[in-house]
Amino acid sequence: MSCASLNNNSSSSESSAEPEVDAGPEQTRRTLLLGALATTACLGCSTPARAGEDPPGSDERPQKGDLLVFSEGDREGKLITAADVPPGGPPVHAWPKDPKTSVVRNASRLNEILIIRLDPAELDEKTRARAVDGIIAYSAICSHAGCPVTAWVKSDVGDKDVFKCMCHNSEYDPRVGAQVVFGPAPRRLAALPLELADTSLSVAGNFIGKVGGVQPG
Amino acid sequence: MTRKQWYLSGFVAFTCLAANAAIAGPIENYAPVTQQRLENPEPSNWMLYRRTYDGQGYSPLDQINTSNVKNLTPVWTFATGVVEGHEAPPIVNNGVMFVATPMGQVIALNAKTGDEYWRYKRQLPDDLFQLHPTSRGVGLWEDKLYLATTDDHVVALDAKTGKVVWDTKVQDYKKGQYMTLMPLVVEGKVIVGGSGGEFGVRGYVAAFDAKDGKELWRTYTIPGEGEPGHDTWQGDDWKNGGGSAWMTGNYDKDTKTIYWGVGNAAPWPGEMHPGDNLYTSSVLALDPSNGKIKTHHQYHQNDSWDWDEVDAPMLVDLQRDGRSIKSLIHPGRDAIFWVLERTPTKINYVAGWPFVSTDVWKGIEPESGKPIVDPAHKPVVGKRVEFCPSLWGGKDWPSAAYSQKTGLVYVPANENFCGGFTGEKLPLKPGELWLGTKPEDIGLKTKPGADHFGELQAWDPATGKKVWQHNFPKSQLFGSVTATAGDLVFVGGTNDRNFRAFNAKTGELLWEQKTNSGIMGMPSSYEIDGTQYIAIQSGWGVDAQRIQDALVTNNIGIESNVPQGGVIWVFALKK
Repeated sequence: MSCASLNNNSSSSESSAEPEVDAGPEQTRRTLLLGALATTACLGCSTPARAGEDPPGSDERPQKGDLLVFSEGDREGKLITAADVPPGGPPVHAWPKDPKTSVVRNASRLNEILIIRLDPAELDEKTRARAVDGIIAYSAICSHAGCPVTAWVKSDVGDKDVFKCMCHNSEYDPRVGAQVVFGPAPRRLAALPLELADTSLSVAGNFIGKVGGVQPG
Repeated sequence: MTRKQWYLSGFVAFTCLAANAAIAGPIENYAPVTQQRLENPEPSNWMLYRRTYDGQGYSPLDQINTSNVKNLTPVWTFATGVVEGHEAPPIVNNGVMFVATPMGQVIALNAKTGDEYWRYKRQLPDDLFQLHPTSRGVGLWEDKLYLATTDDHVVALDAKTGKVVWDTKVQDYKKGQYMTLMPLVVEGKVIVGGSGGEFGVRGYVAAFDAKDGKELWRTYTIPGEGEPGHDTWQGDDWKNGGGSAWMTGNYDKDTKTIYWGVGNAAPWPGEMHPGDNLYTSSVLALDPSNGKIKTHHQYHQNDSWDWDEVDAPMLVDLQRDGRSIKSLIHPGRDAIFWVLERTPTKINYVAGWPFVSTDVWKGIEPESGKPIVDPAHKPVVGKRVEFCPSLWGGKDWPSAAYSQKTGLVYVPANENFCGGFTGEKLPLKPGELWLGTKPEDIGLKTKPGADHFGELQAWDPATGKKVWQHNFPKSQLFGSVTATAGDLVFVGGTNDRNFRAFNAKTGELLWEQKTNSGIMGMPSSYEIDGTQYIAIQSGWGVDAQRIQDALVTNNIGIESNVPQGGVIWVFALKK
């Protein structure tokens, strides 16, 4: 949203900056502060926020204690149990759900999650610590240009299956913290620690790492 | 104003300056851009996407010529600080250069020295899904610039300071609607077209008042109920029929007609949207005063190959078959070199021929100009179908050029590529890809034994004869072409990072310069204080990168390491 706008014909305003759950290493405290100041101040330059049609909390990032529900397919909206995640992939696509309010946090596409079950022996130590019986979760948003990571395919540069963003061919290896193994992505996918709540999968903490694509400057 | 309001407004102004990052300036003695100047641009300037409204991509400057181009040398460079596809021509108005980059930036520079005046940085939304992170440039009018953004706004900037004058939301980026084109400015109207053919949008061309950003008209490229052409669709297919219009149109100042290219039908397999599907894969003739469709020509019907025909046809006066023709020339993504005739009320088919090999078309109906499809190579649901050329076509969006000196059209073509996919009925979710196939199923194959891929071709549109061709053995050719009165043709587009100059008459390679990255951008040429300059952005990404990744996986000895990162390069003759 522009700041020096003399008039703004938008039919609605858009929040163009959402609070970071976990600032990436490239984001200093000063830039965070400046960004927050500019955002706050610049909101004054634009039209008032649109009256929300989404329930409160539906655009908030996943939080500790959230359950996970299918984001697509015949079982969309149903709770995901450990048994629902097939060994070796493909990944299950999920939204977080607040168990207290039953609000599904699907108002921001930045909340979509990839859940995959791999052999725990394949996972590095950090990844295994965030997993439940080899089930691990990551942001489904590519760190390059914000496209959805949709494919589970053999890597272009190795023999293993990897997450692949079909927009610009970035590949991520979920066994090692979803580090980039091919393509233009500048950093790994944000990881989401998991635990079990009865038989259902539950979020054990905030995203680790920055969610979403890059912006220069 | 209370003290508190005064304090707050000062604070807002200060922090907004920080957000917009205007660094230096203002620019002194900026030359306002008028309709007269756009219709008759000074040879020293490059103020439109293809320099002139006719879209020819031709500079009348001839200081740099076939004899001395070997002495062309960089005089300044400028790093944009941005990765991804830098596709915009450096726009120049009386010594001031404006460059648009991916991620919504515009940089104003002294075109002679490379010193920065100011930089605009758009704050794009965090949740923006950028399938095509690029920009093809800024339009000019009076003392303002106009940027179309990937979060689907049109933004007016003060040319002297880079400050935002107005900002108009066009559609909702959350529904897969976005823009990458350089706005076309005609008579104070800022005219844009939407992207989003891969998201099941309904395409449009729209005009905004250059003064205040108020929308003046919007013309949908897919006719609604009661509109002519609606009967070329069945049921509700038209509502998500594609027809995005994501490239700048050209303009016939004599008849006051805009010629605007329209993209593919959605989703890709034609059996999912039976009918001819007007106005997909077409050229529209529009009245700029009200957006009314005067007439149209559909290059191919019931598109099934993702063959957008958005690159607007060039307006060229031709002598062909013993008569003068006001032609429209379009080397198509559908592999056919189209020659059409524009009249005030109609577009007539004149001629068409394949400029790269294709197995999709069996011929062209001589009267109507409709290509005759081979059903064996038309994608369907439930079965994998292969076709040549690939999804990226014989020539994608990078523009061809026409030289007024040689009378030839220079085409950045790709040969020996084929594509294929299995059509699949998938649910439409707003803001998500809706291709009619799984993205991971899309293929690009090289023909066995192919000895080259990219081709720079020179065609005589009057005779249909190819005059020369330069082959690129291990690279695609994915960059726009510019021709000059120095009998030169400039093009980048290859994965070896080279920028090249060819003899426009013979095709002889006369000069090349390795740059920082691959070049997808459009060369422009301008003159300051008696010196001719050639300018280009080098910055690889988007579809050039996609093709490159596919080439690497074909295991044909092509390396993958084309570095990203944008740099503006400006060249002149050694003194």
